[in-house]
Amino acid sequence: MSTVMTPEPSTETAFVTAGPRGRRRRDKSVDPIPWWLTVIGVAVAVYFILPTVFVIPMSFGSTSSFQFPPREWSLDLYVNFFTNPKWIGSLGNSLLVAVMASALATTVGTAAALGLHNLTGRLSRFLRTLLMVSIVTPAIVLAVAVYISFLQWHLVGSIWGYVLAHAAIGVPFVLVSVTSALGGFDPQLLRASASLGASPLRTFLRVTLPLIGRGVLTGAIFAFVTSLDEVVIALFLRAPAFQTLPVQMYNAVTVEVDPTIAAASSIVVVSVTLILLIPLLVRRTKRR
Amino acid sequence: MTITTPRRRPNPNWLLLVPALGLLGTILLVPLVQSFLRSISSPAWGIGNYVALFTDGVTLTVLGRTATTALMVTLIAFLLGYPYAYFMTRVGDRSRAILLVVVLIPFWTSVMARNFAWITILQRGGPVHSVLEFFGLGHIQLVGSQIGVTIAMSQVLLPFMVLPLFSALSGIDRKLLLAARGLGSSPLRAFWKIYWPLSRGGVAAGIILVFTLSLGFYVTPALLGSPQQSLIAQLLAQRTTQLLDFAGAGALGMLVLVVTLVLVAWANRIGGSISAIGVVATSGSKGR
Repeated sequence: MSTVMTPEPSTETAFVTAGPRGRRRRDKSVDPIPWWLTVIGVAVAVYFILPTVFVIPMSFGSTSSFQFPPREWSLDLYVNFFTNPKWIGSLGNSLLVAVMASALATTVGTAAALGLHNLTGRLSRFLRTLLMVSIVTPAIVLAVAVYISFLQWHLVGSIWGYVLAHAAIGVPFVLVSVTSALGGFDPQLLRASASLGASPLRTFLRVTLPLIGRGVLTGAIFAFVTSLDEVVIALFLRAPAFQTLPVQMYNAVTVEVDPTIAAASSIVVVSVTLILLIPLLVRRTKRR
Repeated sequence: MTITTPRRRPNPNWLLLVPALGLLGTILLVPLVQSFLRSISSPAWGIGNYVALFTDGVTLTVLGRTATTALMVTLIAFLLGYPYAYFMTRVGDRSRAILLVVVLIPFWTSVMARNFAWITILQRGGPVHSVLEFFGLGHIQLVGSQIGVTIAMSQVLLPFMVLPLFSALSGIDRKLLLAARGLGSSPLRAFWKIYWPLSRGGVAAGIILVFTLSLGFYVTPALLGSPQQSLIAQLLAQRTTQLLDFAGAGALGMLVLVVTLVLVAWANRIGGSISAIGVVATSGSKGR
């Protein structure tokens, strides 16, 4: 394979096909799981989860230091987060940027996924790789290049600089999720719709979009979360007048030693988890 | 009378790619190309900036330190990731689903929240340091050294080891091992002669991917490391924002970018490992 990062179904099917129920049960009696493997597995699982669960007790500490466990429990950090204009303002900025960046990334990414789905050949494979390549480009390399060019284009410190940069890095996520949704899409439907007299736009709105809708939604959510959490490019584009939440959190650790970051962290972790559950809920309600 | 041969109209699907290519082209590609051109044209045309990377005495040292850190991170990720992926292939469907969600948690956890959590966990007086103190190892400094950087980076890069490994390991038929045991082989020998060779593709893909991605880390070494032991990303940022050496930073950025892309393409050839990212990006929609 010459293409980098073509979403391949191989790993996903592996999840499905690994071990039908009957065979596994038989394996267990002949071939038990050794105890040391369970110990290592659980220990590594704890390592995966540790920082994520850690921020929640931290956020109920006091406003004096980063100490864990907190000496006294309070809601002071949350009060400070929601009343201090520096914190709540940066959250507002982040949400604004993320909504616009996600909308832009979803629009152009969905269009590209639809186009690429109907195209074959070397050029289209190359273009798909090109659109995906930012996912493996080190963020710092992009950030530095974007920063220097944006200086010339007067986009540093402007909300549009953030929106454009975050939209660009969000496109690959939309491309992957819409492409995977198109996997089960029957192109005959388009011909059927056209033969019944529907315009291409109407066909898209009434036939294509409902069928790939969840892929589009998933892509939009990933682009949104990516922008909301992006810190490296944001550190370079920041201006005193316009900072995003991750940059404010960075300042809280490096410059200000402000424990409010604990409340900010737990708010971000909990809300991102809830946001990522949206596609699952959509499926549940549709099934009913 | 003229005979018009029916000319093939250009496929309209190409037009759908225009917005995405326009966005990524302007926002990401143009800055990278500008950065490259600057690196070979300023202050004079030639490869002077690239020669300087290898002769200035600083870059090579930092590159070596970055590679060493990346190797340590890769080693830890392999030592923890291999048993974890193997554990995933052995447990029941429900446990496997839980273990998979656990793998994806570092992706869902905000970058700043995760790094803040590691600071509080590893800092002097934090829970891990207290345990070390109990064993008389209180002099070991975790935050402000490569140890903390390595621990935090391994955690977030482990998914890139576990996912290709799990994909490779779940394709191995365990009956081969049972057969080897039945023929009188010791468990260790059966693993080494049969299981390990079959898993090597996934191992190689995971190792290259983790190593490559750890080369570009910026926030974690900046927050958990020490300024005296900066890694390549920090050097890049410093040359850009403090020294304003845009041409030198461009050359360094190009070096990091080329190394990254070559290694990722190699990993992709070996194990199709980038599909792991596809799985991550779509895992929300798959609901596993």
